[in-house]
Amino acid sequence: MNQEDIYNNVVRIVSKHAKDPDALSSIHPETHILNDLKVNSARLVDIVLDFEDTFDLEISDDDADRIATIGDAVQLVKALKN
Amino acid sequence: MLRRVVITGLGVVAPNANNTGEFVTALREGRSGLRFIPELEELGFACQVAAIPKGLESALQMIPGNLRLATNECMTYAAIAAMEAFQDAGLSPALGERPHEDTGAIIGTGIGGIDTFANRVYPNVQEHKIKRLGSTVVEQIMGSGSAARIAGILGLGNQVFSNSSACNTGTEALIMGMQRIQLGLADRMLVGGTEGSDPHTWAGFDSMKVLSRKFNHDPEAASRPMSESAGGFIPAAGAGVLVLEELETALKRSARIYAEVIGSAINCGGMKAGGTMTMPSPQGVQRCIRQAVLDAKIDPHAIDYINGHLTATIADPMELNNWSSALGREAGDFPWINSTKSLIGHSLGAAGAIEAVATILQLHYGFIHTSRNCEDFHPEIANFAQHVPSSTRDVPLTIAAKASFGFGDVNSCVIFRKWSV
Repeated sequence: MNQEDIYNNVVRIVSKHAKDPDALSSIHPETHILNDLKVNSARLVDIVLDFEDTFDLEISDDDADRIATIGDAVQLVKALKN
Repeated sequence: MLRRVVITGLGVVAPNANNTGEFVTALREGRSGLRFIPELEELGFACQVAAIPKGLESALQMIPGNLRLATNECMTYAAIAAMEAFQDAGLSPALGERPHEDTGAIIGTGIGGIDTFANRVYPNVQEHKIKRLGSTVVEQIMGSGSAARIAGILGLGNQVFSNSSACNTGTEALIMGMQRIQLGLADRMLVGGTEGSDPHTWAGFDSMKVLSRKFNHDPEAASRPMSESAGGFIPAAGAGVLVLEELETALKRSARIYAEVIGSAINCGGMKAGGTMTMPSPQGVQRCIRQAVLDAKIDPHAIDYINGHLTATIADPMELNNWSSALGREAGDFPWINSTKSLIGHSLGAAGAIEAVATILQLHYGFIHTSRNCEDFHPEIANFAQHVPSSTRDVPLTIAAKASFGFGDVNSCVIFRKWSV
């Protein structure tokens, strides 16, 4: 899976939980998942579970806690896949 | 002095209708929501008929996408019915950061999110996969899940909670919401009940042999309140929600008013004098009805119509006799009475709320829907048969009574007066 595929899947997964659908139209790597997309912070655990299923990997709690932006998630997945 | 409470909005998701407009038509036509359910046959249920709402795809789009991921079946029905009721009352969800501080919700359930428990919590815990439960399980199994979801969608800022008193739940919620407005603690309350359709909810009733099991081949005939051949109730799902509003508040905004809630009572038979966990005490039921009539300050003869609890069990004859004794009205002098459950089965915690919506619609539009499947009227109550419509009748109605009774020997009775300017 190349970086573009990872990015598209991360956006797809996070988008399901966005409270502000309008913010999705301008989504980019620096988009903050909680602040910009207004995702309920409790849903981060669901997003991480979805990452694990989609990318077939395991994400530790420490790594999960470091995800703030779309780009953070893409970089983490990329690193774990290599 | 207690404030007066009126009904300004209705919402319903029923096995024979997905909104109040469809529900009026379904009631008038005596349309059945009962179907043969192959899954119940596969699972070995003796009762293989149920009444489940269907065709809700477009209504589902009303629930924001991010919330649909954490909204199970009973929460979904409640949310759709609440949004309809709110809109029907001419109200809009709170915009910005300030909620509707004068508006709350009491949305009860008998069993609630057991589908979430059965399909997600239990298997994952058994397989030691706790992490797989994610963040969305708790809000779907907590008792107040449906009320909480509605509060979030509409932005309600008054008291928001769920009651639970088995099959009494929906009617009890209505009365509790009314009391909150009467006391001046809220100006508006969304009240009602909701129930999902999961076989895990119904299995215990099937094993108790209280579900209808002899009409699997003829599903629409399987719910037979007041008939000699009644052999149990048909399990059902759905939700009913009513907007209750303080009279002056409603008048000030020129709201359309369906009816006034003029009397009510909630009690328990205490499992004395024939009452048990599963059977109502006749004394308790009669005391509840009498208290509601007293509270309404009406002559019992003023009641035009009763929407009965009437589930199609052995308790039906007892219920008719209880109404007769409590109201002091013999069979020849009895009001009209019907069973909405003959059309849509028994949706447990939602039943009282859906049937309250049916009662208000019949009051408002002036008709009494047919009570189906009682051609072989129970001989113990044969004298009452003339007051049970075998086909829908157009009848001007002014005062209607609705009661629900539940496991735990608990009772609720509410009396409505049609609103006229």
